[in-house]
Amino acid sequence: MSGPEFVLGDVVKVLEPDATVHPDNDPGLSPERCVALYEHMVMTRALDERLVTLQRQGRIGFHIGSMGEEATIIGTAAALDETDWLFPCYREFGALLLRGMPLQAYIDNMYGNANDPVKGRQMPDHYSGKPYRFGSVSSPIGTQITQAVGFAWAAKLRGEKLAAIVYFGEGATSSNEFHCGANFAGVYRTPTVLVCRNNGWAISVPAEKQSATDTFAQKAFAYGLHPIRVDGNDLLAVYKATREALALARAGTPVLLECLTYRLSGHSTSDDPTRYRGQDEMAAERLKDPLPRMRAFLEKKGLWSEAKQAALIAKVDADVKAAVEKAEHSAAPELDTMFDDVFAERPWHLREQYEESKRAPRAQGHGSH
Amino acid sequence: MTQMNMVKAINDALRVAMRQDSRVVVLGEDVGKVGGVFRVTEGLINEFGAERVFDTPLSEGGIIGTAVGMALYGLIPVPEIQFADFIFPAFDQIVSEVAKFRYRSGGEYTSKMVIRTPVGGGIRGGHYHSQSPEAYFIHTPGLKVVCPSNPYDAKGLLLASLRDPDPVLFFEPKRIYRAARADVPEGEDYTVPLSVAKVVRPGNQVTVIAWGAMLYEAIEASNKAAEAGIDCEVIDLRTIWPVDIDTIVNSVKKTGRVVVVHEAPKSCGFGAELVSLINEKAFDYLEAPPTRVTGWDTPFPYTLEMDYLPLAGRILPAIQSVAKY
Repeated sequence: MSGPEFVLGDVVKVLEPDATVHPDNDPGLSPERCVALYEHMVMTRALDERLVTLQRQGRIGFHIGSMGEEATIIGTAAALDETDWLFPCYREFGALLLRGMPLQAYIDNMYGNANDPVKGRQMPDHYSGKPYRFGSVSSPIGTQITQAVGFAWAAKLRGEKLAAIVYFGEGATSSNEFHCGANFAGVYRTPTVLVCRNNGWAISVPAEKQSATDTFAQKAFAYGLHPIRVDGNDLLAVYKATREALALARAGTPVLLECLTYRLSGHSTSDDPTRYRGQDEMAAERLKDPLPRMRAFLEKKGLWSEAKQAALIAKVDADVKAAVEKAEHSAAPELDTMFDDVFAERPWHLREQYEESKRAPRAQGHGSH
Repeated sequence: MTQMNMVKAINDALRVAMRQDSRVVVLGEDVGKVGGVFRVTEGLINEFGAERVFDTPLSEGGIIGTAVGMALYGLIPVPEIQFADFIFPAFDQIVSEVAKFRYRSGGEYTSKMVIRTPVGGGIRGGHYHSQSPEAYFIHTPGLKVVCPSNPYDAKGLLLASLRDPDPVLFFEPKRIYRAARADVPEGEDYTVPLSVAKVVRPGNQVTVIAWGAMLYEAIEASNKAAEAGIDCEVIDLRTIWPVDIDTIVNSVKKTGRVVVVHEAPKSCGFGAELVSLINEKAFDYLEAPPTRVTGWDTPFPYTLEMDYLPLAGRILPAIQSVAKY
């Protein structure tokens, strides 16, 4: 079964590691936009590093980050229209901040304090961003895929012109939800872009053990989706490929967009990647880091300098420090909030259990700061 | 008033809801052209079109997962799972997503939907067309669980479920889908409130609690008990969770004796929870140990299904036993 429709296109590339530009693919972003998106990538990376430090210091419980995947996450999010929606996996805080969530709200989520938009109910990095047209994070793998497809399907039924993009790792292509979501997207021609962040690893399992296919993008053929592969460490290429994917999706051809990137950190702060991958691999991948590549491109154009880099890092440090300071001095959520939002209103059994909880001695330890 | 069975009554409820609210959509396997394998959705596609009634791919996980997305968008999806026995491919979506969306998002999002599915045995369906999985869902905070016992309640409870702000699992007892016709106001809008049980047979000596198809077994056993001079009060829960605890406690305070009936296996079935609640709230009034008459702790059998089900013949001795304790 091979015909022209089953041939994968070339991997979309714009920037070579030496910042040479493929002119055919240049998305033509303005210099200001290029600088702003680079700054956002640097901010995301710096934030990642600070959060790992805070976790190591025991000040937050957990962090799951995006080191190495900034171009994939920010490039896709930047390509959306204001009216489009994002359905996150759990590494997309850079997209959430780009969409407008204040840094303080994100840091409050890391602390699960009373100001946390999700009221301290989920572990760090399990945020929700409805005001920013951004979904809600849950830990089970792939569940957001069918949801994004259903959301886009509903919008299409209501005649609203929007697209939904949904993020997942290459490991999630093994989940039943990937199969269900891709299939429903294909059958109902929903305006959905399925963004596979192929970062090489699903905790300790390498991409090649996740699937027998040569690429993850080619799975699109089985569902009637359009496959696109892109250099996920190339911000401009990701932006360009996502715009193309969104145009196809809006016109009735959902897309499986495979972003070839690399998870430079462990799976999360709970993971020790030295147990399963070598230093040689890491060293080779660091050479493809999306940040220096974009910086070289900007410097070549005279848009960036070491002084600007230092000023940006200093600003991010100050912003994070202030937000952390405030978050650490915020109270824990009140006890009664534990019983809210299970249902729209508390039924009798939760009213009873709340009364019982008030009589119980308060636990000491985390959450009681 | 029109005489109709439960299948027609549920169909009528869906029509009323879909006429009133364009956000209500129906999706599931075979729910469109053929009207569902039990014909509950018959004709909806003709009246409301293929833009609101969807014959989906054969994928329970896909049905509930996409219904979550629809609900996040603001529609009110009514997914059908063809048999409750097939709900488990969607279990993760229901337990991890549908039930938790409001809570985990700090109230930003809700995942409002009514999942309809036929439950229960007595129809020669074997393991996979007979089970009653309510306890799994009651055990998950964030879900409401409803099971009607007659056509009038089925329509009113379904309309109430659709208007309730929380996700509802609507379990339809397939054994009595077409068993009895009753007066149901066709095309009219009315609700039967959630979490309000109904005393269907008042009595003073033994409280018998049941729901769905087993309600009729409980009534039959109570009628036979009456011939032996035992006066039973039969309660139809209608909404299983959150249960109408007041009606139960008030009855048990009066009778001091209670028999709980359900089709699902005994251990960790909802009867266990009811007995615990009664112990916690009415222990001083009890004259006998609360008793359960349930399906056995085996997979649901085919040939011997009538010996598995808690039919009147098994309920009656339990009533007699608690009455003379």
